[in-house]
Amino acid sequence: MTMAQPAPQQAGLYDCREAWAATLETLAAQDPRIVAVVNDSVGSSKLGGFQKAFPERLVNVGIAEQTMVGVGAGLANGGKVPFVSAAACFLTGRALEQVKADVAYSNVNVKLVGQSSGIAYGELGPTHHSIEDLAWLRPLTNLTVIVPSDPWETAEAIRWAAAHEGPVFIRVSRMPVPELDVPNRRFQAGKAEMVRDGGDLAIIASGTTVHLAAEAADRLAREGVRARVLNMATISPLDRDAVLAAAGTGAIVTVEEANVHGGLGSAVAEVTSQNRPVPIEMVGFPGFLPTGSVEWLFEEYGLSPEGIASAARRALARKGA
Amino acid sequence: MTLPNDPLPLIREKALWMRRQAFRMVHEAQLGHPGGDFSATDILATLYFGVLRHDPEDPRAPGRDRFIMSKGHATGAIYTALAAAGFFPEEWLDTYMKPRSLLNGHPNRNYLPGIETNTGPLGHGFPVAVGIAIAGQMDKAGFRTFVLTGDGELQEGSNWEAAMTAGHRRLSHLTLVVDRNRLQQGAGTEETNGLDPLDDKFRAFGWHVEQVDGHDHAALLDVLGAPIGDRAKPLCVIADTVKGKGVSFMENKASWHHGVPNAQQFEQAMKELV
Repeated sequence: MTMAQPAPQQAGLYDCREAWAATLETLAAQDPRIVAVVNDSVGSSKLGGFQKAFPERLVNVGIAEQTMVGVGAGLANGGKVPFVSAAACFLTGRALEQVKADVAYSNVNVKLVGQSSGIAYGELGPTHHSIEDLAWLRPLTNLTVIVPSDPWETAEAIRWAAAHEGPVFIRVSRMPVPELDVPNRRFQAGKAEMVRDGGDLAIIASGTTVHLAAEAADRLAREGVRARVLNMATISPLDRDAVLAAAGTGAIVTVEEANVHGGLGSAVAEVTSQNRPVPIEMVGFPGFLPTGSVEWLFEEYGLSPEGIASAARRALARKGA
Repeated sequence: MTLPNDPLPLIREKALWMRRQAFRMVHEAQLGHPGGDFSATDILATLYFGVLRHDPEDPRAPGRDRFIMSKGHATGAIYTALAAAGFFPEEWLDTYMKPRSLLNGHPNRNYLPGIETNTGPLGHGFPVAVGIAIAGQMDKAGFRTFVLTGDGELQEGSNWEAAMTAGHRRLSHLTLVVDRNRLQQGAGTEETNGLDPLDDKFRAFGWHVEQVDGHDHAALLDVLGAPIGDRAKPLCVIADTVKGKGVSFMENKASWHHGVPNAQQFEQAMKELV
């Protein structure tokens, strides 16, 4: 597997892998049960520091994802708190049955960390994109699925996962994202976070797209449209109350760096369609993507402030129709 | 559990009881995998009544020896072994595969004490056992981890990932037992996707290999119960077994992989299993 170099960082933008790695090192210093399991992914998981500090607590099984996840489940059986960290595409796709049987169905204390999730690998193409992961993992009973939006939330999610007894999947992005501008933040797994308040429609976003949704709402505000923006970091179990309240606005836009078949948009539609049907516009990816950079693919598929605002205008036009 | 000085009479008695109970369960449910139950029965009886250090009253004690049933479909064997060892009441066996039974067609650790990981899809138990052994090695905990796979199961690639990892890490406290009955669901292993020379394969992966008669309790006890000593490698025990062992019309027949008995076959088997 070939890994592209991370995109150059711009001022005020962060690679969430740095937050993940720093948090894990801090936690490991406090809790000797914490171990890391990788598939030759020390560098791409930013675990060089962890390896240096805790060489005996890093289990590198080599390029063997099925055994990587099984070994994680075994380490949990032996009393460890394993963080299994690998490129999200291989962790979820190659080892899906191990995630299902050994981790979720067995209901063991394994933390799965999908690195460089979504389309972070850009030009390397659909084999390296991880946009199907949410559809694959969302139905798995016992597994909490979290898609953090920025470095702060990544660190909080890792801390929460370490303290939580049970299986967790966390997407970690290496895409440059800003810290979300929300005052007095408090991370709560399973709860949506209000990023912008508004009653004309609701934009429900996750991960790297939340800051884009906030910018879209600011754009819409200049047109006199008051859009609520929710950061839906926990995809499963979904915050049904927040979704039903969002449906109360009469129109919803969902935004995700994922395939729209089975991801956040689908999860929201499952709740609204059976309880409070409203028009929904889903922003995300339709399937395997053509060659292109991350930036180009985001623009091309409407994962941009203007793309999201356009989806909002379409949703508003359908409102009450 | 405290092991008797000569566990062989107990192992023999329990193995017979396990076969009779397992066949009763399969007959009652008209579901199950009796051929593979019977090839594994003597291995399990030897482990549970001659080798494993475990306490049914405290099934998740951190220092326990672990046993992983990677061939999870052989529930007739593992459920009767656990019941015989006292992990749950024998009456639970009567619920085998009934609605909401704790005795599913494949074992679930959240339903039953004594199950370490949920198996069923093949090639899962071995990597999990490797992870347990790594945890024990990190902590110098001293417990041993045993995992039983079928032989056909070894066609799954995940096992060879696990075998590499165990050999590389010199997991001396890990023992893999291969139930080498030479039959898989549809046909012989060697005509389907051959495994031989299996011993050489494991040696090449860094394992110490022993081959035994998988129905000879004394031979099994010798190899499974032997102290680790200075062996700095994981141990692979290739147990030569007979699918359907103990019932004349079932022995060495692939059709008994998941075949179930009619009333007459059940009566006949009960006459033979004495």
